[in-house]
Amino acid sequence: MILAVSQTTINLAYLAAGVCLIVGIKRLSSPSTARSGNVVAAVGMVIAVVFTLLSPEIDSYWLIVAGVAVGTVVGVASARMVKMTAMPQMVALFNGVGGGAAALIAAAEFHRLSPGSGHVLPEHMGAMLFSALIGSISFSGSMVAFGKLQELLPGRPLVFAGQQVVNGALFAALLGVGVLAGATEAGVWMVVLLAGALLFGVLLVLPIGGADMPVVISLLNAFTGLAAASTGFVLENTALIIGGTLVGASGTLLTILMGRAMNRSLANVLFGAFGAPAAVGAAATADGEAKSYREISAEDAAVMLAYADRVVVVPGYGLAVAQAQHGVRELADFLERRGVDVKYAIHPVAGRMPGHMNVLLAEANVPYPQLYDMEDVNPEFPRTDVALVIGANDVTNPAAREDPESPLYGMPILNVDASANVVVLKRSMSPGFAGIDNDLFYRPNTAMLFGDAKDSVDRLVAAVKAA
Amino acid sequence: MSQALLNSITVFVLAAFLGIELISRVPALLHTPLMSGTNAIHGIVLVGAMLIAGSADSTLEQALAFVAVVFATVNVVGGFLVTDRMLEMFKRRPDQQEEHE
Repeated sequence: MILAVSQTTINLAYLAAGVCLIVGIKRLSSPSTARSGNVVAAVGMVIAVVFTLLSPEIDSYWLIVAGVAVGTVVGVASARMVKMTAMPQMVALFNGVGGGAAALIAAAEFHRLSPGSGHVLPEHMGAMLFSALIGSISFSGSMVAFGKLQELLPGRPLVFAGQQVVNGALFAALLGVGVLAGATEAGVWMVVLLAGALLFGVLLVLPIGGADMPVVISLLNAFTGLAAASTGFVLENTALIIGGTLVGASGTLLTILMGRAMNRSLANVLFGAFGAPAAVGAAATADGEAKSYREISAEDAAVMLAYADRVVVVPGYGLAVAQAQHGVRELADFLERRGVDVKYAIHPVAGRMPGHMNVLLAEANVPYPQLYDMEDVNPEFPRTDVALVIGANDVTNPAAREDPESPLYGMPILNVDASANVVVLKRSMSPGFAGIDNDLFYRPNTAMLFGDAKDSVDRLVAAVKAA
Repeated sequence: MSQALLNSITVFVLAAFLGIELISRVPALLHTPLMSGTNAIHGIVLVGAMLIAGSADSTLEQALAFVAVVFATVNVVGGFLVTDRMLEMFKRRPDQQEEHE
């Protein structure tokens, strides 16, 4: 112990830390205060950590110092080096290790408290088992989500026959193992529980398509929060309960809000196997007849844009990957100088996460007032001369509105097909992230401009300057 | 029911309602930073990991606790830094007129 500090002082500090976390989350939910909110939450975290170090329960520091040192180096390096486009998988990774930490704490406490003598309080035992289970699921599930978004694993759903039965049976078995572990206090059952939960996390996320990944990450984020809160019950630590529960509750609500933006219930996301192989195959071979599309040159597209009155830019993930956001802003500037009215239409799930596209466009200094939400911009399309779709796909697919057979059916989309002309910038005719063919490309008012989004945008800029 | 458990449950229930209340009116553009920010906040497990690491007796417990401290620190440090980087993007250009803050 560095200083003699009473448990009361520490608990008061935890209360202060909890207030900081609450104020932090509150400020994070408004654009003008968000950045300071993050700082306030971080201050709360520092208070909690520093006063924990002064706790009389701690008699050795070397493990803590070594662990924090290693973790800080890894955390700072990965947070600094990650590209803005890779942000979603980074969040998945950080979430996974948090869940892993909760599971490891539960395992270590189980080992310390359970010599098989049955003197562990039932509430402690229950909370330990819950942390181990949920923490492990969050860890392995997040790793699979990371793998899919990083394209280490195939982004489309991986499904096999009877998968839901297997998952259901495995989860039931895990509950049984949990009961056994609690009743016998034998370490072997804890190991089986941890291993089984890791497997369950993998099986839970594998069948979920890339397009639904943000919802899944948000759900796993809430899981990790609950696992953290549960370790708070084990260690009787208020800071853990407050922090973990705030995230568990707000994360659950955030998951529901995201699902609502995509018109998909949580059950549908988890068990629906979005864009299942059968549906994809049917769409791709559509009655054996090759559908025709129209190609356009950058010069022709530029003329169309330069002489339009109203242009709506629909940015998608392809724009982000190609780092084309700066070029797009330049294009918009040139068009505006010619008197063209330019708006950006942001689908709630454009990019890889809700709000991801706003972040990327803000990075390119696109002014806020030009960004329009789906509800506000959809009535504009019938009055729009050119809709410029850059690397967006599924969120513009009219099948979501028209074809009850489509896996996308019911998802709110941007009605770009209502514009007089649609220019789609795309690498090739390959289907989108959800693996579903897009009818939009075959419409008579649609023209395709093939190539890397950044190259295409640069060519458009040059051609608009000349026009 | 012990007093300690009752206290824990009280804190849990109140925090659950508060968590839902806090973000019920958040605009969609902040969903990603908010997810990232709350992601950093559950890094509070670091407190638990430190308590375990500071009192671990056996080699197994020490090993588990060490990995837990590393994991939780990555969660906290990485989480807050990534969130800050995202929110930094929302800064307005200096040449732009000030808008309602």
